[in-house]
Amino acid sequence: MKKYTFKGGVHPSHCKEQTARLPIEDFPAPAVAVIPLSQHMGAPAKPVVAKGDRVLVGQLIGEPGGNVSAAVHSSISGTVRSIGPFAHPSGRLINAVEIENDGENEAMLYEPIGSRWDEAAPGELVQEIAAAGIVGMGGAAFPTHIKLSPPSHKPIDTLIINGAECEPYLTDDHRIMLEMTESILVGALIMKKILSAKNVFFGIEDNKPDAIAAVQNKLSSSRFDSIILSILKSKYPQGGEKSIITAITRRKVPSGKLPMNAGCVVHNVSTALAIYEAVMEARPLYKRVVTVMGTKVNSPKNLMARIGTPVRALLEACNVNIAGAKKIILGGPMMGTALSDLDAPIIKSTSAILVLDQVTEAVRKYPCVNCGMCVRVCPIRLIPSRLAKFVEKDNFEDAVAWNIMDCIECGSCTYICPAKINLVQYFKLGKMKINAARAAKRQAG
Amino acid sequence: MDEQKLETPHLHLSNAPHIRAQFSVPLMMKAVLLALLPAVIASGVFFGTGALLLIAVCVVSAVGAEYLANIIMRRRQTIGDYSAVLTGVLVALNVPPSMPLWMGALGSVFAIIVAKMVFGGLGCNFINPALAGRVFLIASYPAPMTSFPATKFGSINGLDAQSLTSSLHDWSILPPDAANSASISAAVDAITSATPLEAIKSTFVLDSYAANILEFQKALTDLFFGNVGGCLGETSALALLVGGIFLMATRIIDFRVPLFYILTVFALFWATNGTGTYFTAESIITPTFHVLAGGLFLGAFFMATDPVTSPITPNGRIIFGVGCGLLTFVIRKYGGYPEGVSFAIVLMNLVVPLIDRCTRPAIYGAR
Repeated sequence: MKKYTFKGGVHPSHCKEQTARLPIEDFPAPAVAVIPLSQHMGAPAKPVVAKGDRVLVGQLIGEPGGNVSAAVHSSISGTVRSIGPFAHPSGRLINAVEIENDGENEAMLYEPIGSRWDEAAPGELVQEIAAAGIVGMGGAAFPTHIKLSPPSHKPIDTLIINGAECEPYLTDDHRIMLEMTESILVGALIMKKILSAKNVFFGIEDNKPDAIAAVQNKLSSSRFDSIILSILKSKYPQGGEKSIITAITRRKVPSGKLPMNAGCVVHNVSTALAIYEAVMEARPLYKRVVTVMGTKVNSPKNLMARIGTPVRALLEACNVNIAGAKKIILGGPMMGTALSDLDAPIIKSTSAILVLDQVTEAVRKYPCVNCGMCVRVCPIRLIPSRLAKFVEKDNFEDAVAWNIMDCIECGSCTYICPAKINLVQYFKLGKMKINAARAAKRQAG
Repeated sequence: MDEQKLETPHLHLSNAPHIRAQFSVPLMMKAVLLALLPAVIASGVFFGTGALLLIAVCVVSAVGAEYLANIIMRRRQTIGDYSAVLTGVLVALNVPPSMPLWMGALGSVFAIIVAKMVFGGLGCNFINPALAGRVFLIASYPAPMTSFPATKFGSINGLDAQSLTSSLHDWSILPPDAANSASISAAVDAITSATPLEAIKSTFVLDSYAANILEFQKALTDLFFGNVGGCLGETSALALLVGGIFLMATRIIDFRVPLFYILTVFALFWATNGTGTYFTAESIITPTFHVLAGGLFLGAFFMATDPVTSPITPNGRIIFGVGCGLLTFVIRKYGGYPEGVSFAIVLMNLVVPLIDRCTRPAIYGAR
């Protein structure tokens, strides 16, 4: 079978063997859940509960706080202990609802759309997805209902289900593709209906042959004959939106635009599963699979955990030798964020907790020798070494002219750099300063 | 489950990515040194232990110069990146085996101090330090830099001396009494010989190339294996090719620079091959001779590919290779020197920033 790929990219060791074969285990609900009101891109949710209220599993506790925002639900049943700033995976203190578990595990009951979804209006389905608080679970956490409501002048003809899982260590998507294959495919059909997309591609990297076989097996049923399996070469960042669109469709997302400008929309397999659960079971997004893995983890696991469970509790469950740990990362090692506070909770976009005993150089170890490896691996075909020099000299005009804003921050250049220069850090800093300057200019003008 | 409460350790915070590839700048330098090993061995085989001593002296003086420069300039010590070792080896490979040791050392010190350290060290130099050292030596000591002893196996330039004596007599390379090959062999240790490139250039100058073409054809084997006079690193095309292929296969150097460099030299000498024909076996003798002779392989695989002084863009590297080839051709064919590789590369080094600016790749999704 033809294998699809994109230009550029790197080949870090997969490091997935340990957890890829471990079935998902249910992790018990925590005694106290801290559920941040901001787990998504956009405005934070506005709390709709107050201290002392009793809440049920799946009950709305925060409503969308703006046009780009998402609803937040309780993951346990119990009493709201407080609402205020708590440690957040981002490293900042962010408003959250702290709920004390009453051990009842009493769930809110909603009426699901259920099997009549294929007769439901797209608008009703989108509303259900918005009500379930679903966001992109691959990492970016963009509200899904917005991605599923493209403006009418930007028709979407291609839906891509992203099962690439190209980040090393992560196996949460891999496991759900094996264990909940059919639900993901139904989720894909629901999205196909909403978008009235012609083509649906299911992309999986070739390092997951069992997941490919599981999906292939289900696709033989006529129910799913509109979905095409696309096997992708294992290469990072194969699961990046632009990479996977170009790999499968050969289309390119125009610079500075969204995938819908190429007629495409990409959704992660976890998101597809969440959509299935929202539509078929009326279950809001309040739990997800988290891979707990790393060099200091004695019993690595794939855990189905409630949103708001402290990282510390999950690490304890996996017998982590915390004393030897140097770094704890939420997400993958290529794009995840380093965690400072183990009391921070897992959120909707937390795909993994990695415990590493190695650190990367804080400052460059060698000078740039112009070797061009960063140029070779950049999937956007930027010249990272040159951009870094512009940012270093606060030359933002040239940085913009050399397309710093197109950087997808995948980290390939930094991974490969033989001089060990933190290139991506320069780009994040540069973009931040450029955006701040633009905002200031807008305000002044 | 272990019920003990986990103490929060001192955790490192940093930006993603949190993993890095093993490859590093010192590893890159070591890989190039490894790739040069066949050429170093070949120079020992063909020119004896004196050649190896010269290499050792150049390495020690290059590393010593960088060490002292860092101390004097109050900079972090950088000799651990192995780039000075590489520069030392390359300077040595760029001088004749008869070069006095102190001149080799001086060339290495010039390469490190003037071409590299005063510009800020590794990554900041705008011309290849080793070539700067070579060019400095050619300008300062033209005679020792252009007198080449024969190899240990007695070959002067891979050419049958008797057949070519008339041409070479006229070119005043050989003493007038060297009328037969026996007397040439006898004089081999004493005289300095014409390199293959000098010989072919002189036959072109004297219009006697066509008459001697078969001699040049016979010389190709010696050129390929290295039984010819010349600089230390020019001797064996095979040894350089082995190292070059290793570097290209491991993607430490980009194949574009050597490929387009060598192809350009071949094509231009083929177009002016001196036989008046283009699709005969004879027509490729001159271009093949020029590709194998002199420092082309050393330059194309190990000097033009120096990342610091070559373009970073893929298309820029093609232009750079073609430009090096064009200049090498012009100097070898029309210039005053028989060899043009080092001048060609140094000249192209100077236009690298311009090439990079003009060959910016179209980004993904460019409109």
